Amino acid sequence: MQTQQSSAQRKTQQNLLASYGVQGRGQAPPNDEMLATNGTIKPVWSSFFDHLNSLTPQDLAARFSRGDQYLRDAGVLYRQYDETLSTEREWPLSHIPVIIGEDEWQVISDGLIERADLLEYILGDFYGDNTLVSSGQLPAQLLSQNPAWLRPMVGVAKKGRPLLNALSFEIGRGPDGKWWVISDLIEAPSTAGFAVENRIAMGRVFPNFFANANIYRLAGYFQDFQQSLMKIKGRTTGEVALLSPGPMNQNYAEHAYMARYLGLLLVEGEDLIVQDGKAMVRTVAGLKPISLLWNRLPSTMFDPLELDSNSMLGAAGLVQAIRDGTLKTVNMVGAGVLETRALMAFLPKIARAHLGHGLAMPNIATWWCGQKSQRDHVIANSARMMVGDAFSTVPLMADPHTTTFDTALGGTQSQQLADLLTTNGHTLVGQEAVTLSTTPVWERGQLVARPMCIRISMGRTEKGWSVMPGGYARISAGDDAKALAMQRGGQVADVWVSSPKSVNTPTLLSAPKTAASRSATHALLPSRAADNLFWLGRYVERAEQNMRMFRAYFSRICDGAKHSDTMPTYIRDQLMNGVAPDATAIAARFDEPLALALQSASRINDRFSPDGMMALRGLVKDAKALGDTFVPLDDIPVQISSLLRQVTGFAGLVHENMYRSDGWRFLSIGISLERAANMCDVLAACLSAEPASGAVDLALEIGDSVVSHRTRFQIAANSMSAADLLALDPQNPRSVRYHITRTKDHIANLPTQADDHNMSHVARQVLLLETQLATSQPAMMTPEALVQIKQDIWAISDTLNAYHLA
Amino acid sequence: MIYSIRLTIAHYYDQPAANSRHLVRVMPRTLANRQNLTTHLLEVFPEPESRSEAVDFFGNKTTFCAHRDQHTEMTIHMSCNVDIHPPQKWRDVSLGVADLGRVCETLRDLGSESPLHFLGPTPRLPPNGAIRDFANDLFHPSDSTVANVIRIGKALHDAMTFDATATTVDTDAADAFHLRRGVCQDFSHIMIIALQSLGIPAGYVSGYLRTLPPPGGVKLEGADAMHAWVRAWGGPDQGWIEYDPTNATLVGTDHIVAGYGRDYSDVSPVRGYLRSSGGQQNTQAVDVAIVG
Repeated sequence: MQTQQSSAQRKTQQNLLASYGVQGRGQAPPNDEMLATNGTIKPVWSSFFDHLNSLTPQDLAARFSRGDQYLRDAGVLYRQYDETLSTEREWPLSHIPVIIGEDEWQVISDGLIERADLLEYILGDFYGDNTLVSSGQLPAQLLSQNPAWLRPMVGVAKKGRPLLNALSFEIGRGPDGKWWVISDLIEAPSTAGFAVENRIAMGRVFPNFFANANIYRLAGYFQDFQQSLMKIKGRTTGEVALLSPGPMNQNYAEHAYMARYLGLLLVEGEDLIVQDGKAMVRTVAGLKPISLLWNRLPSTMFDPLELDSNSMLGAAGLVQAIRDGTLKTVNMVGAGVLETRALMAFLPKIARAHLGHGLAMPNIATWWCGQKSQRDHVIANSARMMVGDAFSTVPLMADPHTTTFDTALGGTQSQQLADLLTTNGHTLVGQEAVTLSTTPVWERGQLVARPMCIRISMGRTEKGWSVMPGGYARISAGDDAKALAMQRGGQVADVWVSSPKSVNTPTLLSAPKTAASRSATHALLPSRAADNLFWLGRYVERAEQNMRMFRAYFSRICDGAKHSDTMPTYIRDQLMNGVAPDATAIAARFDEPLALALQSASRINDRFSPDGMMALRGLVKDAKALGDTFVPLDDIPVQISSLLRQVTGFAGLVHENMYRSDGWRFLSIGISLERAANMCDVLAACLSAEPASGAVDLALEIGDSVVSHRTRFQIAANSMSAADLLALDPQNPRSVRYHITRTKDHIANLPTQADDHNMSHVARQVLLLETQLATSQPAMMTPEALVQIKQDIWAISDTLNAYHLA
Repeated sequence: MIYSIRLTIAHYYDQPAANSRHLVRVMPRTLANRQNLTTHLLEVFPEPESRSEAVDFFGNKTTFCAHRDQHTEMTIHMSCNVDIHPPQKWRDVSLGVADLGRVCETLRDLGSESPLHFLGPTPRLPPNGAIRDFANDLFHPSDSTVANVIRIGKALHDAMTFDATATTVDTDAADAFHLRRGVCQDFSHIMIIALQSLGIPAGYVSGYLRTLPPPGGVKLEGADAMHAWVRAWGGPDQGWIEYDPTNATLVGTDHIVAGYGRDYSDVSPVRGYLRSSGGQQNTQAVDVAIVG
């Protein structure tokens, strides 16, 4: 039995490896992560490989989709940019990890730490004494003509050391088996958050294996990093915030995730203002000081007053706050100059001068064509060179503007290259086109070898640099190492650092110290976030209202009414803004607010539960399907009822699952004000109609109060009973009064900026309206009165906006 | 000679503005053996909530001011006296342009006066083929750098028409050159690109012109607002010279320097940022008189 088993296993193993060759030729790939040069599985991969072998293709497919499902549910997406538009795409996770042994990882870490220290020294010099230039180790033009060297920051570096606190690197393994640095990711490195998401997804794909394997966990790294942020902030009262470019940025999901994971306030430029020399964040409770910004903007965008004046992302005065010493940043603003490609050509020399020896982990060989000897080298070896902009900070191999000069290059072209390099040499670099190691990915039911590189993060802690034990690999879409970018179809994979011994398993949630700081930070609600929550509530409610009207309309059509009959025409003209008698047009009345709701929600990713996002995404998708596809008339009421159940489910989620924070209050106020105002509209239209028209029943139907009416009143519905139930009843969650009372309660609990004894203006407004409703009789609910109440509701909304959200 | 300079810049907002911040660079500099700033005052109305003074990378005096409360206009008044030294004896000791290029390659100083900052391009002044061709046609390799600078400046002046309505503060130099029209800012930007295309370090100077010409002289263009001209580097012995392409003249005692930079964006008199939903109108008035 046992023999059979292992021979079966050997057979699969052969099958798994059969396809694993260079370009399908069936030869072992020469420089591979999983296979040794003799074609055997490397020891660190063997137990994983056996595990993979033990699973049937059906098992694997099911597991892979479990991982994908997690990523979809968690909203891990990336933005793809075309010429004109950007779209969200699924996160392209390769379900096979890249496994690296801890000994090798230690070597990598040591090399990168040495490099990080060197970069710290160089950055200090760039914004300090400029000895690297004055001593001739670096050509002056690499700073003086470099758009990333920010003159307003010169001299500021003396105060804020260390200047670098969070770095990432992209490394690849060359044909000799050694690791090379491909790029230094200094500014806004997007690595750590994605690595965590990949890891969680992989935990779903290989749950049993992962739990027992000795693979280093990532949480300890984040604990250390979180503590070091608190330490950099020091004993100031201000907050630590992550400054993001906002939802249109391709890495926004990561920013939101990191803010949530580390308990930081997520802010955008428009949230910030500098007052009395201090950076402040606008919150619903007024301005609150910020002491430390983890900056994820390109440095030039940080402050439109002193840096790029076209920046819409930063905030004016931030540079001055840094200069005044009231604001710290991670990393130093201006650190992006270290990403300059041409700098790589001089790092080896600077390292030898500064450290007394070469770098343990070299970077990809680079030549700056502003110097004759280097230029000549590039021209002579152009066949294996990539040539690109010297000052660009995009890695050369990921840059679409990069020129490669390989076999196809004719004589004229190589002369053109030589001319270009001679005339414009100082703006160009040559870089050796590297051959990267390959790693297995699963394609069409087989393992195939694809080129890859790895992104690694490190953070500075009290004990020095801490390297995340793992990272994420970027894998090329084909055999070409240049197709690594996700934009061009590349994939990402989780990197596992494995140990022969058992590894400890910290989790960020168990640390009491961090839990305390988390709650303190989350008590603050930036006005922008509150505004988005408020609108999320309004849009979802508007969608629900319009779904109910849609259902009411089509239930009449399904009963045989024609679009041109009195009642359908009345509904369209009086309640639907005169929409065309057409299912798609009427469905657009809830499709559009839902799309806007999703937009609002995605702007506050860090404050809205993943379950809520998931529910909303499902809702938008199903609602759109109803509008887009042809649904037989008979099915419309059924379909719309199912949508209504989903939207009520969303409301339930809001009221049953959300923490009673200020954010929840704004969301809830948004729902209440929208519902109350819409109900005023419905009542004003229906109560003025002919009593015999059925308009009163329609109002009860739209207000979901047919059953309530039957229990409350022993009579057939008339305008008085409908006005009582839908406008004035304090117990009916569909009535105007119910929602004004709820709004009043929420407003009373909002942080006030006025003193305790004086009621805020908005609190007064809502109390007046509530009192009016409480003391009104149904007969007083005339269409004119209802229109006035609606105006009062929007006046409350305006005041609330001016007071808390502006 | 003592010049008394007065400047008023006013911003009028269509809708009330709040939370505004401005960076002001209008104060004349003190330059050894050339101009000495004596009494001076910079006032901002309404009174800013906070205000601070600093010196920027290129050595220009800057004033930061912030207004929190809503306001519909902001006015900046600058008044000062500047002691202008008699003109230095001047002769052309500049290098040839080819030698100048070789010297630039050996420079290792990144201080504010270093020619290295002024070799271009900047985000505001990218290289331009038409301007480069214009410069190339005028370039005499056997002449000194200064002779080439003057020839190009004069030719630019002759090719361009001073026209305050043709361009705005945001107009690209390339567009102004295409129109052959513009104001001092455009003249200066075009000349900087032209000189840099030949490898001559060139920078932007903002400042003031005396309002009334000396007896027998002509009134210079650009005297009723802040003015701009160009400086170029002629080698270690020559140092920086300044040329005013709008008036086709080497800079003498009629020009008072306020700011040095690479282009307008380094020395713009007022850079501002505010929250307001409407547009705004700006006015500027300058008076430069000799008082002693």
